Amino acid sequence: MRKLALSDEILMQVEKPARYIGNELNSVVKDTSQIRFAMCFPDVYEIGMSHLGIQILYDMFNRREDTWCERVYSPWPDLHKIMKEQNIPLFGLESQEPIKNFDFVGMTLQYEMCYTNILQILDLAQIPLLASERTDSDPIVLGGGPCSYNPEPIAEFFDCFYIGEGETQYNRFLDLYKSMKESSSYSRKKFLHEAAKIEGIYVPSFYEVSYKEDGTIDRFTPLYDDIPVRIKKQVDMDLTESVYPNKPVVPFIKATQDRAVLEIQRGCIRGCRFCQAGMIYRPNREKGLDRLKELARNILESTGHEEISLSSLSSSDYSELEELIHFLIEECNKKHINISLPSLRIDAFSLDIMSKVQDIKKSSLTFAPEAGSQRLRNVINKGLTIDDILGGAKQAFEGGWNKVKLYFMLGLPTETEEDMRAIPELANEIAALYYDTVPKEQRNGKCQITISTSFFVPKPFTPFQWATMLEPKDYLDRARIVNDHVKEQLNRKSIRYNWHEPDVTVLEGILARGDRKIAKAILYVYEHGGFFDAWNEFFYYDLWLEAFDACGIDIDFYTKRPRGDEEIFPWDFIDVGVSKAFLLREWKTALSESVTPNCRMRCSGCGARQFGGGVCFENQN
Amino acid sequence: MKIRIKFRKWGVMKFIGHLDMMRHFQKAMRRADIDIKYSEGFSPHQIMSFAAPLGVGLTSDSEYFDIEVNSTMSSALAVAALNAVMVEGVEVVSYVQLPDTAKTAMSLVTAADYALSYKEGYESPYSAEEWKQIVEKEFLKQPAFTITKKTKKSEREVDLKTLVYDFYVEEQEGKPVFFLKVSTGSTDNLKPELVVSSIYERMGIPYHENAIQIHRLEVYTRDDSGNLLPLDALGTEII
Repeated sequence: MRKLALSDEILMQVEKPARYIGNELNSVVKDTSQIRFAMCFPDVYEIGMSHLGIQILYDMFNRREDTWCERVYSPWPDLHKIMKEQNIPLFGLESQEPIKNFDFVGMTLQYEMCYTNILQILDLAQIPLLASERTDSDPIVLGGGPCSYNPEPIAEFFDCFYIGEGETQYNRFLDLYKSMKESSSYSRKKFLHEAAKIEGIYVPSFYEVSYKEDGTIDRFTPLYDDIPVRIKKQVDMDLTESVYPNKPVVPFIKATQDRAVLEIQRGCIRGCRFCQAGMIYRPNREKGLDRLKELARNILESTGHEEISLSSLSSSDYSELEELIHFLIEECNKKHINISLPSLRIDAFSLDIMSKVQDIKKSSLTFAPEAGSQRLRNVINKGLTIDDILGGAKQAFEGGWNKVKLYFMLGLPTETEEDMRAIPELANEIAALYYDTVPKEQRNGKCQITISTSFFVPKPFTPFQWATMLEPKDYLDRARIVNDHVKEQLNRKSIRYNWHEPDVTVLEGILARGDRKIAKAILYVYEHGGFFDAWNEFFYYDLWLEAFDACGIDIDFYTKRPRGDEEIFPWDFIDVGVSKAFLLREWKTALSESVTPNCRMRCSGCGARQFGGGVCFENQN
Repeated sequence: MKIRIKFRKWGVMKFIGHLDMMRHFQKAMRRADIDIKYSEGFSPHQIMSFAAPLGVGLTSDSEYFDIEVNSTMSSALAVAALNAVMVEGVEVVSYVQLPDTAKTAMSLVTAADYALSYKEGYESPYSAEEWKQIVEKEFLKQPAFTITKKTKKSEREVDLKTLVYDFYVEEQEGKPVFFLKVSTGSTDNLKPELVVSSIYERMGIPYHENAIQIHRLEVYTRDDSGNLLPLDALGTEII
């Protein structure tokens, strides 16, 4: 049996030692391998193990005989402290060997608040934090995932980024590395130079940014003639045939997502203007029904999971959803496997399905109108109307439900006090509908309407990338307006209201639309003890303020400054297929409070058609 | 139909706690296609109960749990099916049918055997020979061995001699190993390390809990005439 990297003494004193021992079912152990790849999710094990993307890449890499891909997660602060004190290098879970001796350390970047954890992983791994300080014997550190669509704030920490879906270019990338190693022509710089020519690979150190006097970008230029000026996002155009794990790794301890996950499609036809995923994953592509059935069977058999769930941005838009769900119900009922439904659009079909797979008394309906008034819903292009909501709720109340969850954002562009007040008013209307619809003797107590608001953060590659943000205090004021107005509603006793803290919002906003200058502040925070920012108990907003101050960074420049139509954004060098002209057009359309139809209703010419497939070519042979 | 399953747990699996082992076996039942029974109700769960939860850090040759099944394959096939979907560090050793009237494993447990050995990198303060004499003189020959057992709520005096049924020392690979048969179960549960650490205390030497690996060897119940029987002795092999 493998020798563990951590002693019994250490493992017995840290919380959940199972996070660090590997050995999970379906994890891959090889004798050794030519290419050693550490795949990191810079957050705690239970979060990282729930991530589908890593399971896909892990499976794909380990299919290669010459490659051994292992997993790495952020050690929790209790172990972090011990590893620092005892100088124990961070290790791969499978081999338990230090990742500083690996060929690659890849990190998936799922949210901005994990940026300090990138540094934690590098630091514990004993790999230089700055790419510029690494030598030929250090691993190549690469990043991917949604946050790599604006990699600039963390560019200094990475040797390269992979922009887009990993299924397309990784094999070329690894083959290149292997051939350079085999011919002894490898040097970090030479490899990165060759890699930079592969479509989708961005090597930040080979690009130079110059700034205007006002702090915005003047020019973004490659240092070499033979590397692309723009980096093209990678998309896998055949989701049905693409790699997908039949045997995902099954953790011993309960992960956040402790279930089989079936990815039914990528991309979204809806075009909500705040949503980054809805833009960067275009075009919408579906995985074929037969393939999904086969995967569902294989995954359930190889894992023994007691629950299966569907993954997509908008499951109701999957064209063969009905047949898929009926198949799953039949398959799963036999084996007592639960089906966890993602938030479906509430209609007769979904209510029927939900009544079959959930306990109506306990479950709740979820609506995400995102904005309270129809005016603001038009601004954000959220197609949901008041009739959809009330119609769906009425059917649900008749079907026996009495709990409703409503999700909204505050701080959206053009938001007025009237829009904020519309939120409790909508909740009140739903509650009133319950009391009108369900006769007293049939009621199962009061109805429970829960309103949750988060604060809107403008993201790159969305029509709202031009939007301005607010001060933390102003966000809280908006939550207060909602809260006060909840109390003025006739059905206030049936309505509960939760809102998020605004500090994180502001920081997320800075990091999301930041440029290369931000890196210094991230480094400052880590060096002063800040990491695990995604966890409330470890998030120190004051430390971030201190860091921005010490690094001469003006927060307002990133949050409150209006951005001009012509401004060059730090992320403009990435070609996501959706054009900036389209995004700008959508921004103007938003301000005129008009909606844009979804991709199935009419093509709006976003640019994603160039990928030659998916929804753009549906019903066209 | 009631089934009792026995498994071994070793290596890195000692860091997987009792509840996670249960979850592991629930998944294994589905992977191995064991026709296990589910409870009624809206969220049915497998009918499965463990005999004596093993603490984190301990290894074992004899862990037991009971399940109920609708139908079953033979013992040999079931053991093979389960082992085909196990992880390294867990091995199913037996799968036997219990009489329908059988009580749950948990309610039957009365005693267990343990081996306590020094881990790699840790030395014993005494040789095996010295330990044999110490155990003889300080424990076995004493009329009583009373210690104060502290719980969250109270302190009480306990005579360990009434809870230790067997105690001897052997030398293995040059190091002493303590073998103990102790009272186990919901009443009068004795952790074997308490016996060894109490002797350390009598000898006036510090006890390091990380130095010693605790390994469970067998779990027993008592038959009508008071004899100790391994828990799986109550079942019969399914042919």
